[in-house]
Amino acid sequence: MKHLTTIGPVTCPVCGCLCDDLELIIEDNTVIQVKNACAVGEAKFLDCQQNRPRTPLIRKNGELVEASWDEAIQRSAEMLLSARYPLLYGWSSTSCEAVRKGIELAEEVGGVIDNTSTVCHGPSILSIQDVGISSCTLGQIRHRADLVVYWGCDPWSAHPRHIERYTAFTDGRYRESSWRRYAKRYYARQLLKRVQRVSNITSKTVPSTETTTDHLPSFPKVRDRLMVVVDVRRTRTADAADYFLQVKPNSDYELLQALRMLIRQEVLDVDEVSGIPVEQLEELADAMIECELGIIFFGVGLTMSSGKNRNVDAAISLVRDLNKWTKFLIMPMRGHFNVTGANVVSTWQTGYPFAVDFSKGYPVYNPGETSAVDILSRGESDASLVIASDPVSNFPREAVKNLVGNPLIVIDPLETPTSLMADVVLPSTFVGIETEGTAYRMDHVPLPLKKVLEPPDGVVSDEDVLHRILDHVRGLRKEAP
Amino acid sequence: MNLIVRNGLVYDPLNSIDGERMDIAISGGKIVEKVPEGSAEVIDASGMVVMPGGVDIHSHIAGSEVNTGRLLRPEDHVNDVEFKTAVTRSGVGYSVPSTFTTGYRYSRMGYTTVITPAMPPLEARHTHEELNDTPMIDKACFPLLGDWWFVLEHLRDGELKECASHVAWMLRATKGYAIKIVNPGGPEMWGFGRNVKSIYDQIPPFNITPRDIVRGLCKVNRILNLPHTIHVHTNNLGKPGNYSTTIDTLRCVRNLARDDRPVIHITHCQFSAFTGSDWMNMGSGADRIAKYINHHTHATIDMGQVVFADTTTMTADGPFQYGLYGLTGNKWVNHDVETETGAGIVPFRYRRTSYVHAMQWSIGLELALLIEDPWKVYLTTDHPNAAPFTTYPRIIAWLMSREAREKMIRRINRKARRKSLLRSIDREYGLYDVAIATRAGQVKALGLKQKGHLGVGADADVAIYRLDPRETDLSKNPELVRKAFEEAAYTIKDGVVVVKDGKVVKPVSGRTYWMDVETTSDFKATSELKQKFKDYWTVEYENYPIPEDYLLRSQRVMTKAGI
Repeated sequence: MKHLTTIGPVTCPVCGCLCDDLELIIEDNTVIQVKNACAVGEAKFLDCQQNRPRTPLIRKNGELVEASWDEAIQRSAEMLLSARYPLLYGWSSTSCEAVRKGIELAEEVGGVIDNTSTVCHGPSILSIQDVGISSCTLGQIRHRADLVVYWGCDPWSAHPRHIERYTAFTDGRYRESSWRRYAKRYYARQLLKRVQRVSNITSKTVPSTETTTDHLPSFPKVRDRLMVVVDVRRTRTADAADYFLQVKPNSDYELLQALRMLIRQEVLDVDEVSGIPVEQLEELADAMIECELGIIFFGVGLTMSSGKNRNVDAAISLVRDLNKWTKFLIMPMRGHFNVTGANVVSTWQTGYPFAVDFSKGYPVYNPGETSAVDILSRGESDASLVIASDPVSNFPREAVKNLVGNPLIVIDPLETPTSLMADVVLPSTFVGIETEGTAYRMDHVPLPLKKVLEPPDGVVSDEDVLHRILDHVRGLRKEAP
Repeated sequence: MNLIVRNGLVYDPLNSIDGERMDIAISGGKIVEKVPEGSAEVIDASGMVVMPGGVDIHSHIAGSEVNTGRLLRPEDHVNDVEFKTAVTRSGVGYSVPSTFTTGYRYSRMGYTTVITPAMPPLEARHTHEELNDTPMIDKACFPLLGDWWFVLEHLRDGELKECASHVAWMLRATKGYAIKIVNPGGPEMWGFGRNVKSIYDQIPPFNITPRDIVRGLCKVNRILNLPHTIHVHTNNLGKPGNYSTTIDTLRCVRNLARDDRPVIHITHCQFSAFTGSDWMNMGSGADRIAKYINHHTHATIDMGQVVFADTTTMTADGPFQYGLYGLTGNKWVNHDVETETGAGIVPFRYRRTSYVHAMQWSIGLELALLIEDPWKVYLTTDHPNAAPFTTYPRIIAWLMSREAREKMIRRINRKARRKSLLRSIDREYGLYDVAIATRAGQVKALGLKQKGHLGVGADADVAIYRLDPRETDLSKNPELVRKAFEEAAYTIKDGVVVVKDGKVVKPVSGRTYWMDVETTSDFKATSELKQKFKDYWTVEYENYPIPEDYLLRSQRVMTKAGI
């Protein structure tokens, strides 16, 4: 009989939910079963050992060839030291311990350290710095929320266990799960579809072209664990919700401000805002005022559509205004499992959450000037270190051109489009699987990440790689100050 | 390594040394009787004052609410930067400095121990991560327990022993040092947007009152034999007329005192010492509180002194912070923590031309000057709530010099000038009093036996200041006092010179002190906890406690409980 070990609880290192109740069954240093995880988390644990680069690579004569760790670290240190304005980017899928090392390194080489907030919830952070934020830990929602709004985000796809762990489909001290209500509605809808299909076949009339949005669904009378989705398209989450408002793309700002007006008992002079009839908005405003505790979760639907941080300003201000009437909260749906950690560590060590420039010898923060995409687009940096992210896949083309046109060091467990374009590639371990560490959930709760597997031979943790580079940089400095 | 601090004027109140010229010998990081001549490095402290390293009993320097405050205020950092040097990391100030800067700035003022007093237990890991990155000083933290569901339920059911077991578990799990209570009942009510208005309000659905919470935890404190008393931020903080709530709170635990030792500490008392019924007629209740403190032995307080500056308020008192947003219209952060507590952050500028702010300034000083026994009142600013900690030297100057106070009084709001009691107070602190208010008294309240004094066996944490009271009348030279305390001539930490002339010369890491309570009924607490964990929190039981090796330098403080 083979030797099986069960390990639990394990914290999942994938998304901002940071579910910490996973159980793994491990055989011979391989995960063979994952309990409690969503499909995404399960896939990470089951597939983590496939396609793992095991040796550092250095680009020589245009080709990436295998090299020793010493040579690769040496080359990395030289690249960073000889650059005038190096950029150290990524950080969101590694441990806080690695981020601390990264900040130390960035400070040592007088570079810029930026994390993926810069292309995701950076606008949310800018907004918080302008107007503040009324928020909480996720347990508050589980225990107390009777109104949950998902605005410009799709947890069903991107944070699969969010609803069942933290919001509508879970029991809290003061609330009951609304899972049964959803299940009934789901089966009723399935039944209706079946009936319609049958009637379409048996009756010889042309099926109606009337879409369901032509006659307004009435606002639900139920007020407990009411789940509302606001989005530009009907997502899976919208299907699971009690109510869905389809907002016209790039017009969330007007919609939020209209709701603010309604909350303040002002009259709207128009019939519709952002494609939504005012009657529906009035009902939503009523539900918001009448709830005992409401929350808006929001995603890049707000941060990366027209208005960006102004959308978030409006959302946070709406929530703040609602606190005159009732208890209302708002929370950004952070994507990567430790982007919050990258912000948190950066803030306590430098005073600033991302886009920190050390070139003057002290931390400077000015998103737009010191943020990665902007620096790269203007061609200002002359070397980069990319870790725990894949900017070649995600950044604008102009920025990518400058990223790969200059010396590029990549630290990653896997081969990515970015590592394929690099000049030095350093293979590292998966944090939360092969290396322990600390990560922060989307609501700022810190959790421990475990080591459950031995890493592939020769592969080293992010923290170790950074430590070695830093040592070398310091050593080189001493020799030639 | 051996060190001799030679010929300084030593103020060591815990050993009753009041300005004696003597040598201090240090070996192996401790104060010793003497060291062999020639084996030691000698610091010539002639013409200088020698005190134990400074101790700050209440300063928000690390953790989730502090860090959100840092995030909130890039405009506060941009004009106050610290360059990277060969021995120090770069950073920013002003009211919520980054962690390295915090450590360096305290050390430059001769401080060697700082307590961060508001740690949400669920986020304890965060507090410790930041403390690990705060160099130069020894630290401890207080978990917020006054609204913890376990406490509320056990007290409701009269289960004092179970409550005590769980508090002991919590102190060990979060590596905390003492029981912190903030607006008892308030944060739980704030979970649904409400608050408590007096210590007699019922808190649904637990049906206990703030008074029950304070009394209950005071009893628990005694059962567990904790060295510090319960540390209390009162109900109705910041509300005109709240001095009566403070006195009610002090009264409600009086009969729990056994001997002359305190059983309660009211923190940043200035904020809880207002008379009046609204902001127009608000006044100082300092004399009433001082009278109570003077006539009783069961309480200590710290000042929470206001300095006129642009700062950042941050407390676990969610509803109060929301109220502050209402008053100022400033950006407002709120962060409720499930099952346990909350937090709120609002930037705030204290103006000397404002009647209320000027009264607040006066109240803090009145408390320190009207309370006769300097062992009962300590110097704090509830950093950064009433002012950044870098203003302590200024406050010391006010305490020591009537002239310095008068200079400020002449510039404050006219109505406040008339109503302030300060002009009628002649008292000036001497260096011995200052040593109590900024070190000895604080340490006595905390119960950290090897700190805050220079007797044989103490940790060699020493501060040397360029002041000579025999040459200069300090009360007539407040500027000299302020400058001297701003930049220590030497700061010695564990027997090593870490600061010279106000500059960090050697970066060191301090210890984190935490309470390890020995009880017999651990096991029962654990199994009940596990059962309730899944219901109460959104994290697993195993992931909650902080392992000891998480702390950079863990320092266990043991105590035996009565259960």
